[in-house]
Amino acid sequence: MKSFRGFVVKEFHHIFRDRRTMLILFGMPVIQLVLFGFAIRNEVNDARIAVLDRSNDRITQELTQKILSSGYFELVERLQGVEDIERVFRRGTVEQVIVFEPRFAEQLTADGRASVQIIADASNPNMANLLVNYTASIVQDFASRRFPADRGSSGIVPEVKMMYNAELKSVYLFVPGLIALIMMLVSALMTSITITREKELGTMEILLVSPLKPLQIIIGKVMPYLALSLVNVVSILVLARTLFGVPFQGSYTLFFLESLLFVITALSLGIMISTIAENQQTAMMISLAGLMLPVIILSGFIFPISSMPWPLQVFSNIVPAKWFLIIIRGIMLKGAGIEHVWKETLILMGMAAFFVLVSLRRFKVRLQ
Amino acid sequence: MRTIGFILQKEFIQIFRNRAMLPIIFVMPVIQLLILSNAATFTIRNITVYVVDRDQTGLSKRLVEKFPATGYFQLVGAGFSDEEAADHLKRNRANMILQIPHRFGGDLSSGRPVKVQFIINAEDGNAAGLTQAYAGTIVAEFGRAVAEESGGTDAGGPSIATDYSYWYNPELDYKVYMIPGILVALVSMIGLFLSGMNIVREKEIGTIEQLNVTPIRRYQFIVGKLLPFWILGIVELAVGLVIARLIFAQPVVGQFWLIFLVSAVYILVVLGVGLFISTVTHTQQQAMFIAWFFMVIFMLLGGIFTPIESMPRWAQQITRLNPIAYFVEFMRMVLLKGSTFSDVASMLLILSVFAALAITLSVLRYRKVTA
Repeated sequence: MKSFRGFVVKEFHHIFRDRRTMLILFGMPVIQLVLFGFAIRNEVNDARIAVLDRSNDRITQELTQKILSSGYFELVERLQGVEDIERVFRRGTVEQVIVFEPRFAEQLTADGRASVQIIADASNPNMANLLVNYTASIVQDFASRRFPADRGSSGIVPEVKMMYNAELKSVYLFVPGLIALIMMLVSALMTSITITREKELGTMEILLVSPLKPLQIIIGKVMPYLALSLVNVVSILVLARTLFGVPFQGSYTLFFLESLLFVITALSLGIMISTIAENQQTAMMISLAGLMLPVIILSGFIFPISSMPWPLQVFSNIVPAKWFLIIIRGIMLKGAGIEHVWKETLILMGMAAFFVLVSLRRFKVRLQ
Repeated sequence: MRTIGFILQKEFIQIFRNRAMLPIIFVMPVIQLLILSNAATFTIRNITVYVVDRDQTGLSKRLVEKFPATGYFQLVGAGFSDEEAADHLKRNRANMILQIPHRFGGDLSSGRPVKVQFIINAEDGNAAGLTQAYAGTIVAEFGRAVAEESGGTDAGGPSIATDYSYWYNPELDYKVYMIPGILVALVSMIGLFLSGMNIVREKEIGTIEQLNVTPIRRYQFIVGKLLPFWILGIVELAVGLVIARLIFAQPVVGQFWLIFLVSAVYILVVLGVGLFISTVTHTQQQAMFIAWFFMVIFMLLGGIFTPIESMPRWAQQITRLNPIAYFVEFMRMVLLKGSTFSDVASMLLILSVFAALAITLSVLRYRKVTA
């Protein structure tokens, strides 16, 4: 036990004496959360549009005004002809073009019908879909207010209640996601090189001849990072609450216990990588280039998992961040208790146990 | 020139003799491209609905049936208790609750206005908005159909028709949008991490001393370090494009030479940044953390996953310094829209400036004298 304590002290020294790394480890997650929390949004906001008004009468001007005053759009150019559309799209300066047909107002009064054409640059399909839907509903709203004809009262009025996030702010969705992403990558990254570093620098030999058992070495390696990560969890949570006003409906105790579990899972994944890789470079490439995109894309952080094809939905089950994300979104936004998230919790525990077991098996007590 | 040749030889041997690295450099990006391209989509399907139908008439049942018929919705349960419905929402078993009030059928057929309620899980605001739009359309169409059946007339005032066209991607296929982004992310990551750890590795292992006592000049050293990764980067990008074309039928509307010209410059930027990181750090661990820090920022603020236009103004200003933002936009413009040289000349210019800056800085920072 005494030798174990000595080992843990050594590990703490290793990390805390390197001031640059310390600065990075504490500063990075905070800077990233602040930056991403503000910047990662997918709401429509000042979309750049152009108008091709071939009629230019009172009604089209009113309608253009109405579209622009919605706050979703920003007019960057008035086009002169159809051939301009291709030009602005190819340069990427405009995302949507609204075309009014000639003699718009005349047709509207004479035939009772006029048409607006909405042309979207669908190279970004999601944005295009949202923009077209927003524009169309603004036009319909304009028509029904400007010409309040009796349209037969037999309509069904849908009454909509948006639960857990009434203003549809994407920040509430993304901040818990960022917590999971940052914790996952920082934790796995930190531990993935600890053992390989000792191998590469040659100090592994000294550890191996010590009376420490493999499990003790692994636990000792993880402890300082566990402490570090928990500090990060607290600072990230404080930021999420104060700066972004993300609601917190559930219990803080549960949140910290689950975060602890997730950090342990990520750290043991890092240790597993560490026992497999021969040198630091390999370990880093696995934990950086190998983990980053899968964690971003397959965890449900940005892209909803339910939209993926089913083989990928199955595949996403092996991403620990996915389960943690379900848990913390539940706790923060919906006030879920352990009775709602016990299944996800068990899965995370299983994963952590698996990683530790594999690391123990792969841990070689001899140099080759 | 011969000196550079020797450094090149040394670097290539070092890359290729590390057997564990080869699959990481070549196979892992391909697998990620193949898998992740399918996963990254905002298209909403299979919205799960829990129905609370307090009316239980023919009309209400017909309305409920409309939902799964569209293909967007999937009924997962029905009941009469609000608590149970709310519980479904909380446990993620349903995305939406459809509540049909008592007397729905009666009121509707006698022409009185009726209400239905959608209670939507709005954790994902984007998805919730689309759910509301789809459900609203179904209900409105149903109402119109019922009105027509009961002989109601459409008292038409003037109406404005909207018709829309989606250019460059009429099917709204998300893959062709994401593939260029994922490809750029992969190539950038490999390039930045490999070059970022390169010189600092020699420092940590101590072999930098041996290099420092040779008559190699600073620029020769940097060129020798850059070239192998530059070739690797271009090869990776080309392989990625071929895979995208063959397997995902990625449209390539623009010109090939333009793609490779800009890619060549872009990869220089990435490697320049990597080498700079490598010269200012002392251990691989530090280099890796810094490289990771910038990579995550470049990637998440590069418009790959969420649009730059949705960011607040100040964040949009920051992305002007982000090489990935330019390159992703360039790739999407050329691949999907066939933008030409004159459309993208300004981006090429900016990327060239970045490349020159990053490489000059790393040449200047690299000291042959150890402190």
